[in-house]
Amino acid sequence: MKPFRYEHADTVAAAVTALAEEPEAAYLAGGTNLVDLMRLDVATPEVLIDVRRLTSDRIEELPDGSLRIGAAVPNSDLAADRRIRRRYPVLSQAVLSGASGQLRNLATTGGNLLQRTRCAYFQNVTTPCNKREPGSGCSALEGYQRDMAILGASPSCVATHPSDMAVALAALDATVCVQGAEGGQGPDGELRIPLTELHRLPGDSPERDTVLRRGELITAVELPPPDFTATSRYRKVRDRASYAFALVSVAAALDVADGGTVRDVRIALGGVAHKPWRAWKAEESLRGAPATWDSFRDAAAAELAQAEPLPGNAFKMALARNTVVATLLDLMEAAR
Amino acid sequence: MDVEITLRVDGTDHRLTVDTRTTLLDALRERLGNTSPKKGCDHGQCGACTILLDDRRALGCLALAVAHQGADIVTAAGLVNGGGGEGDGLHPLQRSFIAHDAFQCGYCTPGQICSAVGMLREAAAGWPSAVAKDPNAADVVLDDEEIAERMSGNLCRCAAYANIVPAIADVAHRDEVAAHRDEGARR
Ligand SMILES: Cc1cc2nc3c(=O)[nH]c(=O)nc-3n(C[C@H](O)[C@H](O)[C@H](O)COP(=O)(O)OP(=O)(O)OC[C@H]3O[C@@H](n4cnc5c(N)ncnc54)[C@H](O)[C@@H]3O)c2cc1C
Ligand code: SF4
Ligand code: FES
Ligand code: FES
Repeated sequence: MKPFRYEHADTVAAAVTALAEEPEAAYLAGGTNLVDLMRLDVATPEVLIDVRRLTSDRIEELPDGSLRIGAAVPNSDLAADRRIRRRYPVLSQAVLSGASGQLRNLATTGGNLLQRTRCAYFQNVTTPCNKREPGSGCSALEGYQRDMAILGASPSCVATHPSDMAVALAALDATVCVQGAEGGQGPDGELRIPLTELHRLPGDSPERDTVLRRGELITAVELPPPDFTATSRYRKVRDRASYAFALVSVAAALDVADGGTVRDVRIALGGVAHKPWRAWKAEESLRGAPATWDSFRDAAAAELAQAEPLPGNAFKMALARNTVVATLLDLMEAAR
Repeated sequence: MDVEITLRVDGTDHRLTVDTRTTLLDALRERLGNTSPKKGCDHGQCGACTILLDDRRALGCLALAVAHQGADIVTAAGLVNGGGGEGDGLHPLQRSFIAHDAFQCGYCTPGQICSAVGMLREAAAGWPSAVAKDPNAADVVLDDEEIAERMSGNLCRCAAYANIVPAIADVAHRDEVAAHRDEGARR
């Protein structure tokens, strides 16, 4: 691991400035991803600015019924919060399906969103990887593809985003609050970014995971007031029963009218793209349709029509389709 | 880059100078001679380094010592005597692991035990797990499936799981009985 200085900042503004002034500085939260990547020499910061005490570790209810989750809220507290469990069970389940009890106690909301891909070539400095070293090539194109993307990938990078929490937040229309290096519109110069627009598709610059600019600090994530999100669920499929990243995961919320038609629905997929994948096309196909197995299958197919699987992950097509259908059927069952 | 820090480990304050790169695991093992937390993978994947940080289970291998000054750190070694043990001073979980033969080589055991201590507190606080049938249930019932899921961050290379789960269940259920007894006494 490269030597580094460890620093605190007294204010958010000071942290943002410190990062702007030190080209090789990075924010440190729980460290469960960053310290690992530093040990692998994938991340080589010269200064670490500890931001855990700088952002809130509380979940506050706002006057309109929204919940504001501070960036330093540990993953375990988020999953255990009674309001989250009652109003947005999909979020609690998604967080609990990730990592382990010991990791969730250290990991934070901000760090979870910004964790880097688990692509094995990204984590191995001896193999080419455009995300780690732009222009060096993508080893996964001719390599191990089981964990790779089927949606929205590019010839530069086929990696997936590993966060479970982010998939639930994408389905819940969450907003990410950011203290910007420049140009925030909200109070105190706060920038507000819809969660579905935080992470990028790789295109020809896979080195950038998100739209955040250097030095921008996540301060909170806001959930809009609950609607039908109390009927929501997270389903994760992986190579072992627990403590593994998703091959495919589905976060969904479903609202079925008395006559049995879908009034509204939210679906997001994990393990299939460079970002948590909101399934807008599947949702559109389902609104107003009868809430049946056939419609669920057609909705999944509508979304996956744009997929481009690789030889090593073509199985994800059927897996994603079946997991979408199974999750929606679970929700029908739960609503009964 | 060296910094001087204070770590509170098993009830004792230690003043030491560490390189900023030092993790809690390395500080405990290499600098303070407390070898009860083990280094299995050094990447957060095995749980052998589990300790209690301010009463919560956490991995020592991904936590930088400089970032956890002032925390109350408890290791498996520190659970001895501290756990309200009878005679031998062992924590009830330590005694249960012996009674159930819940290890072979023993390398994962201190991590398993610290993790189980933290896990039982989480369950007592009503925290759900990924296998909860109802995420809103007020109480947690620690059946074998719940214990296995909640302990999945601790790998055992000897695969002593078949005895680890009963060792933990035994203590969990004794705690439940005790809690009910206390409840009854209060009524
Ligand atoms: C063995 C293992 C298994 C795992 N399994 C899963 C899994 O199944 N599902 C899953 O979702 N995750 C899993 N994880 C990943 C885990 O969830 C993340 O490591 C964790 O959420 C990161 O949070 P942190 O606070 O530790 O972040 P850190 O490691 O401290 O930081 C991560 C990144 O975010 C940046 N950052 C942190 N906070 C802020 C902020 N407020 N503003 C701007 N930038 C910030 C840091 O600079 C860094 O680049 C696993 C991890 C391990 C080690
Ligand atoms: S898929 Fe992306 S992260 Fe993985 S090797 Fe290719 S460029 Fe790197
Ligand atoms: S040594 Fe820390 S998890 Fe393996
Ligand atoms: S007893 Fe040997 S690793 Fe668990």
